[in-house]
Amino acid sequence: MKTPAILSVLGEDRVGIVAAVSAALAANGTNIEDIRQTIITGIFSMTMLVTVDEEACPFDHVQAALAKVGDELGLQITLQREDVFRAMHRI
Amino acid sequence: MRIEPEEIAETLEMISRHHLDVRTVTLGLSLRACAADDIDEIARRVYDRVTSAAGRLVPVAEAISREYGIPIVNRRISVTPVAELIASCSARDVSPIALALDRAGAEVGVDFVGGFSALVHKGIGEADRRLIDSIPAALAATERVCASVNVATTRAGINWDAVLLMAHTIKACAVATSDRDAIACAKLVVFCNMVEDNPFMAGAVHGSGEPDEVINVGISGPGRSAQSSSRSPRTPISPR
Repeated sequence: MKTPAILSVLGEDRVGIVAAVSAALAANGTNIEDIRQTIITGIFSMTMLVTVDEEACPFDHVQAALAKVGDELGLQITLQREDVFRAMHRI
Repeated sequence: MRIEPEEIAETLEMISRHHLDVRTVTLGLSLRACAADDIDEIARRVYDRVTSAAGRLVPVAEAISREYGIPIVNRRISVTPVAELIASCSARDVSPIALALDRAGAEVGVDFVGGFSALVHKGIGEADRRLIDSIPAALAATERVCASVNVATTRAGINWDAVLLMAHTIKACAVATSDRDAIACAKLVVFCNMVEDNPFMAGAVHGSGEPDEVINVGISGPGRSAQSSSRSPRTPISPR
């Protein structure tokens, strides 16, 4: 099952954030569909639309891999199913 | 249609700062098949019914909570009003059923089990009376069981005998748990116009018009509502 999801990353800017997040996604069979990223006064903010291939890697395993990256780099990383945002913002 | 970053940030803020959450997921369970003529047999059937039907409730709710990133604060169970199960058994003390519900609730990991209940707005049946008499002992001996009694409806009027009985019952509940801030009273609801299927504690019951199992989900966003109303001070959502 392929599950669309929203990844959001927030934290102090530093070298290697996009690389580490992308590597964790690739290692767990998750495809990046779209990326938006900004830096405001040193705070790094990135949102990604991704597709989790749950046959290759269960959703909670991808979340765990991203949590590990977040701990290592001091970032707040959340991965949530896209449905919740669609339900909140689209009629 | 794509989701914009501002919309993502707004949703995340609702969850992290404004307490948008799923307040409770409540599994309603019919216990009608648990009726028997022996109180211990009823208790055994109730325990088996709850643990077999609700075994996956908490892990599934937690998995869904993680996937959507929305906290689920409480997991609960509501059951058929217990007075409806005990008509053919003669036990004066029916608190063993509350104990069975409590053990089953602990086993499956829920916060509350509602339904140690009776509806007596038009008159108190013999089984109803035994249930009400057992409420103080049942609530004093259990952690998560909640009781409720309906004593009046707009259509039937007020059953004053039931009102008096519940007044004595509330006092007995307070005395039975006087060493614990009279906590039993916090787990007892006396209703007027109780709805037949109510997922809200402490007065939750599984109604006669419902299927054998049903899931109710309660959404909560008081912080979000407060923030929205503060943006529009001319349109208060609560009385001044």
